[in-house]
Formats: sequence, C-alpha cells, structure tokens
Amino acid sequence: MTTLENQMPDVVMTADHIRTKKLPVVADLAIAVVALIVAGAIVFGTGIGNWVLALVLGLVLYLVGLNIAAGRVEGRRAARNRMWRAAIYVACLLAVIPLASVAWTLISKGSSRLDGDFFNASMNNIGARDAGGGAYHAIIGTLEQVGIATVLAVPLGVLGAIYIVEYGRGKLTATIRFFVDVMTGVPSIVAGLFVLSFWVLIVSPWFNHGTPRFSGFAAALALTVLMLPTIVRSTEEMLRLVPGPLREGSYALGVPKWKTITRIVLPTALPGIVTGVMLAVARAAGETAPVLLVAGGADAINFNAFSGNQSSLALFVYQQAGSASKYAPDRAWTAALTLVAIVLILTIAAKLLARRNRLSR
Amino acid sequence: MGDYPSRSTNATAGGSGMPGRHVRSAGNGVSPRSYEEPPLGGGGALPKKARFSMESGFRGLSLAAGLMVLVIIVAIAIFLISKAVPAINADKSNFLTTKDWFPNDASPHFGIAALAFGTVLTAVIALIVAVPIALGIALFLSHYAPKSLATPLGFVMDLLAAVPSVVFGLWGRDLFQNPVRDFSVWLNHYFHWIPLFGGDGPFGQSILLGSLVLAIMVLPIVTSLSREVFQQTPAMNEEAALALGATKWEMVRTAVLPYGKPGVIAAVMLGLGRALGETIALALTLGITFNVSFNLIQAGGNSIAANIANTFGEANDVGRGALIASGLVLFVITLVVNMTARAIIYRRREFRDSAA
Amino acid sequence: MKLQRSGYVAGIALTAALSLAACGSDNNTSSTAGSAANASAAAGSCTTGSLTAEGSTAQANAMAEWIKDYQGQCSGAKIGYQGTGSGAGVQAFTAGTADFAGSDSALKPAEHTAADPKCPGGVAMDLPMVVGPIAVVYNVDGVKDLQLDGPTLAKIFAGKITKWNDPAIAGQNSGATLPSTTIQTVHRSDSSGTTDNFTKYLGTVDKADYTFDHDKTWKAPGGVGAKGSDGVAAKVKSTPGTLAYVELSFAQNSSLSMAKVKNGAGEYAQLTADSAGKLIEGAKITGTAPDLTMTIDYNTTQAGAWPIGLVTYEIACSKGSAKAADIKAFLTYTSSTGGQSVLSDLGYAPLPESVRTQVAASVAAIS
Repeated sequence: MTTLENQMPDVVMTADHIRTKKLPVVADLAIAVVALIVAGAIVFGTGIGNWVLALVLGLVLYLVGLNIAAGRVEGRRAARNRMWRAAIYVACLLAVIPLASVAWTLISKGSSRLDGDFFNASMNNIGARDAGGGAYHAIIGTLEQVGIATVLAVPLGVLGAIYIVEYGRGKLTATIRFFVDVMTGVPSIVAGLFVLSFWVLIVSPWFNHGTPRFSGFAAALALTVLMLPTIVRSTEEMLRLVPGPLREGSYALGVPKWKTITRIVLPTALPGIVTGVMLAVARAAGETAPVLLVAGGADAINFNAFSGNQSSLALFVYQQAGSASKYAPDRAWTAALTLVAIVLILTIAAKLLARRNRLSR
Repeated sequence: MGDYPSRSTNATAGGSGMPGRHVRSAGNGVSPRSYEEPPLGGGGALPKKARFSMESGFRGLSLAAGLMVLVIIVAIAIFLISKAVPAINADKSNFLTTKDWFPNDASPHFGIAALAFGTVLTAVIALIVAVPIALGIALFLSHYAPKSLATPLGFVMDLLAAVPSVVFGLWGRDLFQNPVRDFSVWLNHYFHWIPLFGGDGPFGQSILLGSLVLAIMVLPIVTSLSREVFQQTPAMNEEAALALGATKWEMVRTAVLPYGKPGVIAAVMLGLGRALGETIALALTLGITFNVSFNLIQAGGNSIAANIANTFGEANDVGRGALIASGLVLFVITLVVNMTARAIIYRRREFRDSAA
Repeated sequence: MKLQRSGYVAGIALTAALSLAACGSDNNTSSTAGSAANASAAAGSCTTGSLTAEGSTAQANAMAEWIKDYQGQCSGAKIGYQGTGSGAGVQAFTAGTADFAGSDSALKPAEHTAADPKCPGGVAMDLPMVVGPIAVVYNVDGVKDLQLDGPTLAKIFAGKITKWNDPAIAGQNSGATLPSTTIQTVHRSDSSGTTDNFTKYLGTVDKADYTFDHDKTWKAPGGVGAKGSDGVAAKVKSTPGTLAYVELSFAQNSSLSMAKVKNGAGEYAQLTADSAGKLIEGAKITGTAPDLTMTIDYNTTQAGAWPIGLVTYEIACSKGSAKAADIKAFLTYTSSTGGQSVLSDLGYAPLPESVRTQVAASVAAIS
C-alpha cells in the first residue's frame, strides 16, 4: 500500500512521467509565506478587516497557490491530493481553536471563586449586592437527583438490555431496540416537559393538598428518561460481547437460564456495564433544561429531594449567568468549572475502565 | 415511576412460553433448548420446569423493563398532547401560523411559526458549518493522522461530547459574542446587499452566534460517528483503489466516502436532532425576538427550546400548556429526524451484515 | 478483581460525598453595613413561623435585604421570596401556594374576586411597600448624559425613531456625538409589572405615537426581549446600541448608563432616590382602606421629580390567613421606618412618610 502510494501518485506511464517529480518542502513553505504576505497586504492595504481576515485570506491563497504550484510540478491529481490533505488539516486546526478557548476560559475565569466558601455555603441570604455565596446547595441537588435517577434507570436499563439480548426476538424486540435508539434523541427539554405534565402537574398534587409542587425527585425522573436509553444501549452491546461458550458451559451444568444470566453473563459484562452507566451519569449531571422545568431552583440547602424546590449545579450556572449582580459571573464560571470537572472525571474514569475491560474491542 | 403496574401482567405474558430458537442471542449458536424441550438423554437429573419459576419471573421482569421504553415514548406523546390540547383550544389565533407568543394574556394568542422557523434555521446553519469540519476531522483521525496523534485526539473529541451545554452557552455569551459581533459588523459592511447579512444592527446576540455555538456542540457527535464508519471501510477496498494508482485523496473519495455515506448521513441527522433540541446554549446566546427573518447577523432569533427555558417561569396555566404544545412540536420534529436517521443506520447495518 | 477496585472507588466517592454533605451551611452572615443599623427595627414583633412568598422581580432585591435583616433578628423565622414575576405571584397567591405575593400592579377587579375567597372574612389588600423608580438605560459608546423627553421615548419604543442620530434625539443632546447605528430596544420577554408601568408612562406622555395598551407583556413590535430585570440589564450591558427600561436597583447593580428624562415641569431629571421620592409625593391613594392602591401621575409638574416609576405592593389577606401573625410581623418590619430606610441603599425609594403611616395602620389591622 505504502509503496504504491509513495511512488505512484501519477501513473501515466509515458516517457516523461516515468519518474514523478515532487514539490520540495521549501516551495511549500515559500507559498505559505507569500500567501500570508499578499493577504496581509490586501487586507491592511485596503483596510477592509483585521488580522483574522488576513489569516483566513492567507489560508485560501495558500491552498490556491499550492494547488497551482503542485499542479505545475506534480500534475493535476497529485495537486488535488495535496490540497485536500491541507484542507483536512485546516479543519482540524479550526475545530481546536474554539475548544481551546472554552477550556482556557473555564480555567482562567473559573478559578477566581475556587475557594472553600464556594463549596461550603449556599446562596441563602445572598442579596444582589453581596459577594460570597456558594454552590453547596446546588452540588447536593445534583448528587441527589443524579443518584436517584441512577437508582431508577440502572435496573430498568440493564433488565431491558437483558431482555433484548437474552430473551427477545422477533418484531417486539426489534421495535424496542428501534425505540431505544429513537429515545436517545429525545431532547432533554421534552423529557422535562413530560415530567412536568405527568408528575408535577398531575401526580404531585395528590401529595400536596391539590397544588402542584416542584421537587428534586421530579428532576430525577426526567434524568431517568434521559439516562435509560443510553444505559440500555451500552449494556446491550456489552452483553453481546460475552462469549457464547460461557453460557453454553453454564447450561451444560444444568444451571437455569436466569441464574446463568445473573451469575455468569452479568458479572462478565459488569465492567462494561459500569462504564456505560458512568457515561450516562456524566451526561445527566450536565443537564440543565429538565431541572429548570421541574425542580424549581432554590437558594437554600434542601436535602429532601421529595419535597420542596431544589437546585442543581447546571441550573446554578444558568441562574447565575442570568443574574445582574457583579459577583454572579464569577460564581457562574466557577460552578461551570466544577460541573465540567465532575463530568470529565466521570467520563475519563469510564473510558479508562472501558480500556481495561477485556471484552471491549 | 417504576414498573409495578405492568409487572404482573407481563410476567404471565412473558412466562407463557417462548418456544423456538434463540435468534438474536449473543454468541451465536447458543440455544438453551433444554428448558423448552425434554432433554434427549440423561435428562432425568435435570430439574423439571416449574409453572411459576424464577425463570419465568425473571423473564417477565426483563420484558417489563424492555417494554418500559415503549411505555415512556407513548406516555411522552400522551401527556404532552393532554396538556397541549386545552391550551391550543384556548388560543385565539392559529397555532401553526401565528408568530407572536402571548399565551398569558386574558385572551391568549400565540403561534409556533417564528419559533419553529428559528429552531430549524439555527440547527441547519449549525450543521452547514459543522459537517464539513467534522468530516475533515473524522478523515484526519481515521486516515491521515499518525496513530500517536489520532488516539488522544479522538479521546478529546469524546470528552467534548460530554461537556454540558450550559458551559458552551456561557462561553458563547460571555466570550464568543464579541468576535462574532465584529465579524457581523464586517459582513454587514461589505455584504449588506446579501439579505442574509443585511439590516443595520445592532449585532451580537444573533442567529449567527447561536448557530456557531451549536456548531461547536454538534461537532464532536458528528465527528465520532463518522470516524467510526470511516474506520470500518474494508481494507480491501482501500488497497484496491491504491493498487489502481489512486492518490490518497482519490482513494478516500472513491473508497472511503461512498462506503461511509449512509453512516455520515445518519450522523448528520443525529447531529441535527441534537441541534434542534438544544436548549440552554441557545437561551443564553440568542436575542429573543418573535419574527421570521433570514437575517443572520442582526440581534434576534428564537427557538422552541430556548423559548421554553426563557418564559417558563412566568407562565400561567394556559402559558404552560402553550409551552408544552410547542414542546410537542419539537418532539415530533426530533422524532421524525431521529427515526429517519435510525432507519438509515438499520438498513445499512443489514446491508453490511449480509455483505460480510 | 477489577470489580472490587471499582467498588473501592465508588466507596471513596460515597464517603467524600457524605463528608461534603456534613459540612455545608446556609449561614451566610452578611457583610453589608446597612443591616446592623436596623437591628432594632423588628424587635418585639418576632414570630417563628415560615412564610412562602413570590412575585415581582422589581422588589426582589428589597425583599432579599429585608428577609436577611428580619431573619437575622428573629431567629427561627424563615421567609422565602422567589422573584417569579408579578403575574406568577398573584397567581400563586390566588392558588394558595404563596402566603403573600409581591406585585407591581394592584389587583384588578377580576383578580380581586378570584383572590378574596382566600381571605375568609377579609379581603386581599394591596399594600404599597416599595417605590421602584424605572431607569432608562442605554449602551452607546462615548455618549454620556443622554437626555430624552417622553414623546421621544414613546416614538423610539414604538419603532418610529430608529437611529441614534435621529434629529429628535440630536436636538436634545447638543454636543454629544451620536452614532448612526440603529437603536436596539430591549424589553422584558416575561410578564412584568415594570413593563406595565413603563407602557403606562409611554401611553400617558404621547398617546398619539405610542398607541398600544399598557400591559404586563410587551405589545409593541420590534426590539428584542430578555428574561427578567436581570436579563434586560445583562443584555444592555453586553450589546452596544441598546436602550431599555429597568428598575434603578438593577441599573445600579450592573452600573449601566442612565438617561435623563424630561418631566412635566420641563426639566431633564436625573434619577436618584431623591427625585424618585418626589414622584411618589405627587401620587394619590385611590384604594379604599385597608386596600391602599396608588395612582402615579406621570406628567408630574413637581420640580426635580423623576417621571417614571412604579409602586410595588405586597398582596396579603386583611383577615383570615392561616399565617396572619407571621405575615403581620414581617410586614410590620418592612413598613417601619427602619425597614424603609434600608431601601435607598438598594436603588429604591422609601415610601413618603404620609403613605408609610397608612400602610403601617393597615398592617397593624391584619388578623
């Protein structure tokens, strides 16, 4: 493959073309420099833009120039090859810029309030002109809501996946699998609206003397709806990776099927399942919209997820972002940094666990 | 929630025998027939099948859990409709064509037109920006980058997919807004004759800003899905192209891209689904207006999800119902997009499996 | 084996979470100087009940300060006030989820009939508690001390003046270099008493140009919306070329530029707590006791008065509320001279003494 690729970019076997000519690296660099200078001259000479435009124009000129030069030396096809490669590298660079900016802003702005107070205090009694305050109540809210959602979603999700892989067949299973996939794409705000119309507006009045009440539990329900399909999908994939002979061996020893599943199949797939659950938890912890709709938001600490408004870290970020207090942006960014840290730690841990897992590819 | 209501019924349904072969079971070839049929020999030692055994109970439980997904999807539709219909009935103007949103008035009049338009417009522009870049990165990761670079970069892409949307929204509003405003002013100065970039300001919290932030957010999703399909291109196809004297790009164009096309389309559709449903990032970056305009750079724009987040707190009963109705429209749009994407993937999977 | 390890990790995480859970606190002792001075205000009238209230965001900052002071003096008292908007507050009061509500507009007759049944034996009364001057804020590079008169404001918000360098604006600001850019008006996207009062003002000063009814939601076309007073302030702060209306306290919190507006006496008034107080001195009480609905004269000819403002009310039961004692104790504090004196630091204006005594009398009659 490489031999062909290196030596035969142009295969027209005439006497002139029997040996391919290559554009020297120096020429490549020279084109880049010239393109940048020309672009700079055009942009700043006419005064139509700033350095960003100069850079973009320079890039375009470079691609065009490279195409022409390489076309002269190496032939049209090789030139196109070069141009596309450059374009693909540029796409990569282009994506890295905003992402690096996000990361840098998070760290530089988020570190300003990274003090003990932030993790130990709530926003109770913090007026619009008071400094201080913290996200303790929000962290508690996130932990409780995501915890309850996990408790609800994991058994459902794992059992659902067991049905799909071990028991199911035919149209019903195909339908379930299809809708699990479709459910992955349900927008989080729709999940929030669903719990709002189902739990908050219809069920919760039964417990609260006829008036609808927000609660952390409602948020947990919405997160369950979001986590369920992710867990089913990842568990399903893991169960499929469990080798057949393990099951056969178990059956051969006369172990009933349900016991084979709970004692043999599940423990074998467990690390993979845990990975999937952690990824789902990470996604749920970052959700704002459903919590906004059904948890109500609060400034004080509320340990009871089943009664009274609760906040969550993501909601806290959103609320502080919308506040006019001059101390609010710092709180918002620090909370955002905390949230990203939690989510990334979960994700990285899950990925490392997946890497150690013998079953995965 | 829980599966209590349905458990007993399903347990009996599930337990009433599912004879036959075990087609989709993992580790093909496993067929635990011994519980459906009498064993051929030496079976006297095996336990007899009990009528209400753990086996049927467990099967019923798992069936109930599996059905839960269907129940939830149906329940979402039912409950949204049940809350939306009274509000739409209370609407004094046409829900589908009205642009205003005054559901909290004494005589409520509101419509989805401006919101649905904004939702689709921001999502489509986001994809127009994101897809070429995402495909470039996917090709880079699968075919161009050295392995030592591709692995960590792919890992970073996966991490980015996990960053919460509120963080992107905050970044878009506090940091990205200024460069985009400058860019908008520049566009407006030189290209104001194109309706997309017309108007006379002010610029800033515009469709363009919202779309660009969205583009950054869907980038990792489209990238990782398309990278996966590109990597699955059979080596034989690639080598055949190279053996015919194709350059690397020609190999990519003739072997990799056609093979990955359905997968890429599905990835784009999934990205579209995500972009349509995105809430907080747009609530923070769009200027809130209720009009239908293709002008991308003037302050304005709105989307269904952002409108829900913005106006939910102040809504009365009809207002809430109106928001739920708009959510129902969003649900239907994303459902159609997602089902299309999944249908493409499924057809492709069958094609691939049969080809393999 | 691996499983055990992940079990350990989970255990450690759980322990960490639990230890975190043990040490958080709701006790944010305030560092603002204002609270200590009013320490005696509520003495003797403490109750230990808990109150749930919600409503106007216009008075949210005042409420936060009052609650902080009140809870500081009355240990055991617990009051929650959510700034959800006047409309939502009235609804919550009518539905019974709020013990009292904050509203920027007095109850309309229809709202009264809905709310009165919550007060067996009494009525739902509007008690003016906070005077919230509405500032006209703008964000134009290089322009200080923008001056506008009422009709110009009305034309801008009605979309009839669209450029910053319109002759109507330039004529009032000789010397200022106004840009040729479009004026971006920002309004509240949610239902708000601030919008109601501001549109009332616009309709009063220039009925010919601002033809829209005053309402809690913004009705004029054009402009962009923002959620809550916070949202409006944040949007103006971040977008050049904007003009908006927002309560003084929020304008000050975000240190936005405030325009001078011409009052009925023909002078361009600067918005201060003092000039806002003068607006209220000219206001009349039009409700019948114990209800104390006030009407503001936007064309006030009082010298030095800022013309745009609102009175925010507490809506509470005169009789029959289950928590009457708690409500009475808290509102007694807020309507005392001590409670009112907190306000001017926060960008509000205290009630004129003549009005305050009537409010205190109504509060004292709660049972």
